[in-house]
Amino acid sequence: MSGKLRVHVDQDKCQGHARCKSLAPELFELDGFGNAHEIGDGTVPKGLEDKAWLAQTNCPEIAIEVIEE
Amino acid sequence: MSDHAPVTDWVHDFDHTDPRWTENPYPIWDELRATSPVVHTERFLGCYMPTTFEAVKQVAYDTVHFSSRRVVVRDVRPETVPAPPITSDPPEHKPAKQLLLPPFTPDAMKKLEPRVRAICNELIDDFIEDDGCDAAARYSKHIPVRAIAHMLGIPETDGDLFIRWIHEVLELGIRDQSILMKAVHEMSAYFAGHIEHRKKHPTDDLISTLMNARDKSGQPLSDAHVLGSLRLLLIAGIDTTWSAIGASLWHLAKTPADRERLVAEPELMPTAIEEFLRAYAPVTMAREVTKETEIGGCPIKPGNMVLLSFPAANRDPAIFPDADKVVIDRKQNPHAAFGLGIHRCVGSNLARMEMTVAIEEWLKRIPDFRLDPAGKVSWSEGTVRGPRQLPMLFGKAS
Repeated sequence: MSGKLRVHVDQDKCQGHARCKSLAPELFELDGFGNAHEIGDGTVPKGLEDKAWLAQTNCPEIAIEVIEE
Repeated sequence: MSDHAPVTDWVHDFDHTDPRWTENPYPIWDELRATSPVVHTERFLGCYMPTTFEAVKQVAYDTVHFSSRRVVVRDVRPETVPAPPITSDPPEHKPAKQLLLPPFTPDAMKKLEPRVRAICNELIDDFIEDDGCDAAARYSKHIPVRAIAHMLGIPETDGDLFIRWIHEVLELGIRDQSILMKAVHEMSAYFAGHIEHRKKHPTDDLISTLMNARDKSGQPLSDAHVLGSLRLLLIAGIDTTWSAIGASLWHLAKTPADRERLVAEPELMPTAIEEFLRAYAPVTMAREVTKETEIGGCPIKPGNMVLLSFPAANRDPAIFPDADKVVIDRKQNPHAAFGLGIHRCVGSNLARMEMTVAIEEWLKRIPDFRLDPAGKVSWSEGTVRGPRQLPMLFGKAS
């Protein structure tokens, strides 16, 4: 569990519920249509791992991948 | 009030306009879900209802076999009344939806928030000196009306007119097609007048956004498209959030532990709002079956409607542990109150902001309140469920 995490929003699945942005604004941003994208390359800074999982489990469209590297 | 025969067999003959469903649908949904992932009724000229989160999701994601051209289950199948994008299927859906998304992003809602906060306080000023009030008639009802009027650029004082149209389209119109069509025509005439005015006096509001929109080939939208989208924004933006705010206040009025905790720990507001949305999701949508298919092992035949109950999906214990309990700090809550798939509610960020502000301002000024035991709470029937009478008493119970 000490590995680094990366988040990724699947653009085919995201419908802009914006739950991830509200739960983890450090990891996700919204575009002009309100759809979510991971910030930068999606690397989760140390200490924000819980927020990454929280965003994933609250997405109604199951659009967020959390990748353990 | 109902001219439908009372239901004696929910599994084979369900009716979402039955007074028992209106009063307390949760045990009915549990019974249906325990029986089958999809149930059917001969009422409404034939209608299915997926009962599990998974089955609801499958229908919502499947735009090949299920069309959105009709999004309300009615006794009859009146001519379709386009209100893009909610009534649009692919490929027309995406361009119509994308026009409406930018004005409803969370950042856009932040700009509107101070106005909504002021509206809430103006409403509270009117009754805070009294011993209590009907929180639906005096409070929750007015907040979304005024907010959407503000966004559309139409007079907030026309609110009573909007509320009548919504009642006619979504409740009376289930049984009476002539009432439905009359309301649709009145709304179109109302907006046509506002469009005409803007041709000479341009404004910076949602009506102008739609008037000035261009499609892929650079052409303006048809009048029918603009009017349809405006009718949608008015109808969808009002009694939905009115219901959600009212149901949240109803819950807090009858649950002192949650009320006291939310007053003491306002940082719980985001999870509490999501939980109210899950547990008391107001909006049930519909689809029309266009091609034969199968959902959860049940054959689905064209010509039937589908009652797409996101509120029932949100009570599925397979997805939500303790689905029948309201847990205001629920951590995992991927609820479907705003729909699933391409038709996710365009106003979800507006609704969340209005709910949050409405509950925050109420709790700041009226931290102690309870249901008036001498009054009666009544709920709207059909497509959008929420309290329409919500008699409250202020202060601690003596």
